[in-house]
Amino acid sequence: MTKYILRRILYLFLTLFIIASITFFLMKMLPGTPFTNQNRLSPEQLAIVKAQYGLDQPVFIQYLRYMGGLFQGNLGTSFQFNNEPVTQLIGQRLAPSMQIGAQAMIVGTVLGILLGAVAAIRKNTWVDTLATFISILGLSIPSFVLAVLLQFYLAYKWQIYPVALWDNFQSSVLPTLALAALPLGNVARFMRTEMVDVMSSDYIELAKSKGNSNWQVVTKHALRNSLIPVVTIIGPMAVSVMTGSMVVENIFSIPGIGEQFVKSITTNDYPTIMGLTIFYSFLLILVILIVDILYGLIDPRIRLGNGGKE
Amino acid sequence: MEQVPKIPKEKFKLLHKKDNQAQESLGTPSLTYLQDVRRRLFSNKVATVCLILLGIMVLISVFAPVVAPHNPNTQRVEYSNLPPKIGNLDIPGFNGMQNMDGKSVDAYKAVNAPKDTYYILGTDYLGRDLLSRIIYGTRLSLIVAVLATLVDLIIGLPYGIVSGWKGGKVDTFLQRIIEIVSSVPNLVVVILMMIILKPGLVSIVIAIALTDWVTMARLIRAQTFQLKEQEYILAARTLGESSTKIATKHLIPNLSSTIIIQTMFTIPNAIFFEAFLSFIGIGIPAPNASLGTLLSDGQKAFRFLPYQMWAPALILSIIMIATNLLGDGLRDAFDPQSSD
Repeated sequence: MTKYILRRILYLFLTLFIIASITFFLMKMLPGTPFTNQNRLSPEQLAIVKAQYGLDQPVFIQYLRYMGGLFQGNLGTSFQFNNEPVTQLIGQRLAPSMQIGAQAMIVGTVLGILLGAVAAIRKNTWVDTLATFISILGLSIPSFVLAVLLQFYLAYKWQIYPVALWDNFQSSVLPTLALAALPLGNVARFMRTEMVDVMSSDYIELAKSKGNSNWQVVTKHALRNSLIPVVTIIGPMAVSVMTGSMVVENIFSIPGIGEQFVKSITTNDYPTIMGLTIFYSFLLILVILIVDILYGLIDPRIRLGNGGKE
Repeated sequence: MEQVPKIPKEKFKLLHKKDNQAQESLGTPSLTYLQDVRRRLFSNKVATVCLILLGIMVLISVFAPVVAPHNPNTQRVEYSNLPPKIGNLDIPGFNGMQNMDGKSVDAYKAVNAPKDTYYILGTDYLGRDLLSRIIYGTRLSLIVAVLATLVDLIIGLPYGIVSGWKGGKVDTFLQRIIEIVSSVPNLVVVILMMIILKPGLVSIVIAIALTDWVTMARLIRAQTFQLKEQEYILAARTLGESSTKIATKHLIPNLSSTIIIQTMFTIPNAIFFEAFLSFIGIGIPAPNASLGTLLSDGQKAFRFLPYQMWAPALILSIIMIATNLLGDGLRDAFDPQSSD
């Protein structure tokens, strides 16, 4: 297992290296510089500014510099925000994104498990149909459509929550709901299939025949065994929640990294785009890695990739 | 020992050959695989409704120039932000009335529009007909989806077949590439491509296809691995068929269910990404309409003109729900064991 984890971590850095290199050269391929529109600089001034950012060097030297900086955790400085280091920019904006992301994952997963379990226990009844309907809605409706609708009804029309504000827990409710729909639908659906399988297995029959109450059978045997495979979809779900959070943060004006990413794209702030791209990739790969390791730990029958050997 | 009683000869009767066959034959005509699939699909009411719904949308999109009541990009500033109105029908929400300072005002009268001028879903801030824009936006979404799926197939199918068929070193090498490509988050690739390429239809298709082909290639590879052990493939090989011929004649027809099912999951994904990119403003450039840009415009104005947000949100949701449900239905129809 340790060997496996080490190999995966090595892969993580290799992938990040490749992503960083590709991003760097792609950004260099773009025509123009960020200073072309700025107050019509004279050639001398332009040369000074370029030298300040190291843009006068050959591309390869710039690349080495950038990668060297990356190694020390330096993502360069933003063109837009008063030369703020990109790492600092990300650091300041990480907390709100993390908060709504984590809240959405927890709310979505917990509600999804409940919904899926109820649907499986009451299989082929109206409860099941309703649960399936809800999970299809959650899966299909894009988070930004949901965000816009929630904002219109709950915030603007009925004024239960703020429209676009970031200060207390109240203001994080709507973005969380908008983002939680997808994990909810995903988990509910997965959970139902798993649970239906488990409920028809021999050990459930045994547990029932021993005279356990229905409640005990469900909580002690069925639920636990159905939960294991659900862990596998947490990784991909986290990825889609992060995707969704980019727009949802924008809609609700939350000062998070997603909103920053969109803003940097529209303002051509290349160092920030690059920094955030690498940062996002790192987060996503890390989440998937953690989920894979967790899965191996929870279910000893699965020792990923090395055929059951330690 | 008792003697066996003699049975008279007349009691024996020659059975007609035909009767024998009649017993063996089946009551109903035997169905081919595709007929079976179709029967199972149409017995699924939800999937059938979704199929019809999507069919209507495809038809409207194909005939958009004929169906759309106005040119989607023609601006008539004097008619900007008019609420929905259908003819002279007095249906609440579709009668051209608008709430202004707490009073209900006929917005069409306020701008001196002629009596026969009306917009079924209203107009946007530049006086463009919203219904026509939605029709063209849907058309664009569907075009993106179809093209992305095609490109997906063009890359993923041969890649998967070669990887699965050749096996060994070739497979290992091709799988390493997939591993690296798939570890880069889709979103990052799509956004980078959008920044580098000029925003527009082609870039969106390329960006989506570049990330989506991996899933297709993986599925095809796994399936090819199974198929190549089958007796009929062995027979074809023994008879000296070339690899390309085996691939086109035997592999692809047997892979078709996998391909169709996966395609049904690529389509909503492509539609989502297009709307997503257009919503954040790096997708389809103005003045062309896409469901994403329409929703983004609608969101900006929803306090006073909620109808501008409703229509694109509804259409986008319906497309997504219908494609997802149809995908489920198709999967159950092609592979009845997968459903519970």
